[in-house]
Amino acid sequence: MAKMKVEEQRKQRTKMSGALMLIEALKAEKVEVIFGYPGGAVLPIYDKLYDSGLFHVLTRHEQGAIHAAEGYARISGKPGVVIATSGPGATNIVTGLTDAMMDSIPLVVFTGQVASNVIGSDAFQEADVLGITMPITKHSYQVRDIQELPRIIKEAFHIATTGRPGPVLIDIPKDMTTVEGEFDYEQDVHLPGYQPTVHPNHLQIRKLVEAVSQAKKPVILAGAGVLHANASNELRQYAEQQNIPVIHTLLGLGGFPANHPLFLGMAGMHGTYTANMALYECDLLINIGARFDDRVTGNLKYFAPNATVAHIDIDPAEIGKNVPTKIPIVSDAKEALKELIHQDGKRPDITEWLAQLAEWKTNYPLAYKNDAQTVKPQKLIEMIYELTNGDAVVTTDVGQHQMWTAQYYKFNQPNRWVTSGGLGTMGFGLPAAIGAQLADKHATVVSIVGDAGFQMTLQELSVIQELNLPIKVVIVNNQSLGMVRQWQEIFYDKRYSHSLVPNQPDFVKLAEAYRIKAFRAKTEEEAKEVLKQAFSLSEPVLLDFHVKADENVYPMVAPGKGLHEMVGVKPCDESLQ
Amino acid sequence: MRRIITMTVNNRPGVLNRITGLFTKRHYNIESITVGHTEIEGISRMTFVVNVEDERIAEQITKQLNKQIDVLKVNDITDQAIVARELALIKVAVNSTVRQEIYTLIEPFRASVVDVSRDSLVVQVTGEPEKIEALIDLLKPYGIKEVARTGTTAFTRGAQKNAVSYKTPFII
Repeated sequence: MAKMKVEEQRKQRTKMSGALMLIEALKAEKVEVIFGYPGGAVLPIYDKLYDSGLFHVLTRHEQGAIHAAEGYARISGKPGVVIATSGPGATNIVTGLTDAMMDSIPLVVFTGQVASNVIGSDAFQEADVLGITMPITKHSYQVRDIQELPRIIKEAFHIATTGRPGPVLIDIPKDMTTVEGEFDYEQDVHLPGYQPTVHPNHLQIRKLVEAVSQAKKPVILAGAGVLHANASNELRQYAEQQNIPVIHTLLGLGGFPANHPLFLGMAGMHGTYTANMALYECDLLINIGARFDDRVTGNLKYFAPNATVAHIDIDPAEIGKNVPTKIPIVSDAKEALKELIHQDGKRPDITEWLAQLAEWKTNYPLAYKNDAQTVKPQKLIEMIYELTNGDAVVTTDVGQHQMWTAQYYKFNQPNRWVTSGGLGTMGFGLPAAIGAQLADKHATVVSIVGDAGFQMTLQELSVIQELNLPIKVVIVNNQSLGMVRQWQEIFYDKRYSHSLVPNQPDFVKLAEAYRIKAFRAKTEEEAKEVLKQAFSLSEPVLLDFHVKADENVYPMVAPGKGLHEMVGVKPCDESLQ
Repeated sequence: MRRIITMTVNNRPGVLNRITGLFTKRHYNIESITVGHTEIEGISRMTFVVNVEDERIAEQITKQLNKQIDVLKVNDITDQAIVARELALIKVAVNSTVRQEIYTLIEPFRASVVDVSRDSLVVQVTGEPEKIEALIDLLKPYGIKEVARTGTTAFTRGAQKNAVSYKTPFII
């Protein structure tokens, strides 16, 4: 009887257009904000959006929309939603899709497409978006039958947010937005080919507990998987219970408090000496939700040569991909950590190891030579850290400023750090800050960007001004593509091929053109002053810091070298002079 | 090393594209692919023969394929007891003097002639790839005009006794 009733209800459902279905589905998913840009193929969708009550942010470029959605997703833990039109609208989001794919950011992206009957005819603004985006999405759909649309949207949200998160794209031919069908959003998601393993295998957990109890030099390498699983508390609890030091990847920062005595810092190319030496010397390496990226491992031949490797990851394909793994644990990080805490295994005796780590920490801290006559970029980040008590949401692009931020902004809380890790996308930081601020309206959001990357997406200043988002845009202005310049200095005999940009525009005037307050600073004193002023204002402010232009990021593991072969470990290291 | 991977997939638009795209992206070499419907509607079966450097990469391929939402099941059946078959059509140049000779030649291969014309005939042969190679070699001296091969399609055998000993997949 009940079943019949449900059937009847289904039949009685009013028919609606595909565009309206999309709106209704977004409401059912409780989407708070859509980032997008209209165009011919999505006009019917935008027409229904007009009086839908949904909050839509019109960015000034589709790339801005998708990076903003990434920033939103990173901070809110919810999927970012993007709408772009067919052809160029869709191709403009390719960088963002790849970025989200690399960094496991949940996105649901709708692209318009030309009408079904002209697909394949090279119609106006037609692009094979499905073909283009296949390798850079977790999954993708093209709607071919209006009755499939509700199921497709529901599946897309499910796939984007579960397992290892990632971007899902739905390509909607224009006719599919106007044709009517029945809207049934109650149906269950049924995906036999997609069943992520969330709970750890008990046997493997026992093996790890045993390995920990025997270890003399254990270390945890924690990645963004900890943040995606919302497992910061569990990580801390487990590390404290077993007394195991913790290292973060770039993307994992904040998962474990930076001021915790067991924290060793960031690993990898510009990580701390202690973290890298710990990875080199350890006898048990517990990777939790990191993917052994080459920037973390350095030359694999010298990576953790004496360690038993345990790897907890929700994506089985990451386990054993780069580093042979003795104890594979396919699981959600939170579930695995809960199980490990519950096992409460024998605490290893690692007094000597901790003493060694403490010695490295004391003797080889992150360091730089200050010079108050200029703005030292490291000092700048430290000042921002102090002014914001380490509580700000910080977004960056890629490059020197990103590494200095990762080194000198001490994240004590999870989900405060938004950076483009895997793809290393210039122009990511500014739009990402928009999404981050919309995800957490009360947070202090600082977008730290380079003078070069800033110019790749600076048009989004419009959005910041329009929504009056109190984002503080910090330009670390060294009049160059800093990291490229650094590599050319070190590895290419100071042949600065196309990396110096001495004629950058007047960023203060530029911001003012966008009706945004702006200040410039060229010395430490000025920097201190403008920072204080900016952070006291509850409106957007752009700050242009002319930093010491030839400053390099150190310490460093040169490409092809092992983690133990760091250079520039001490500020006065002669090899740097 | 050569691996035979079979999988069942949802018969959805673009699924073959997804899979071959994955091979390209990850730099895996495909030797052959076969695709066809299964006994279940909407589900297709694919057999891949790939050439990989080592076990680690073979494992990666299986894992990466498994991540595809439309892939339902992946099996690396190389080390199991399997039946692997390929079909080939071979067009051989002939004249009246050698025509009969070819009929005799192909008989032990249980191959058949499926088309005859004045100056050529088409031989159809089914079997494991090594057998097909052998037949092609034998026919070469007569002048092969064209060859069309389907690529390997494979199944695990019903009984898997001593499966480990079937290390060489093509000798059945």
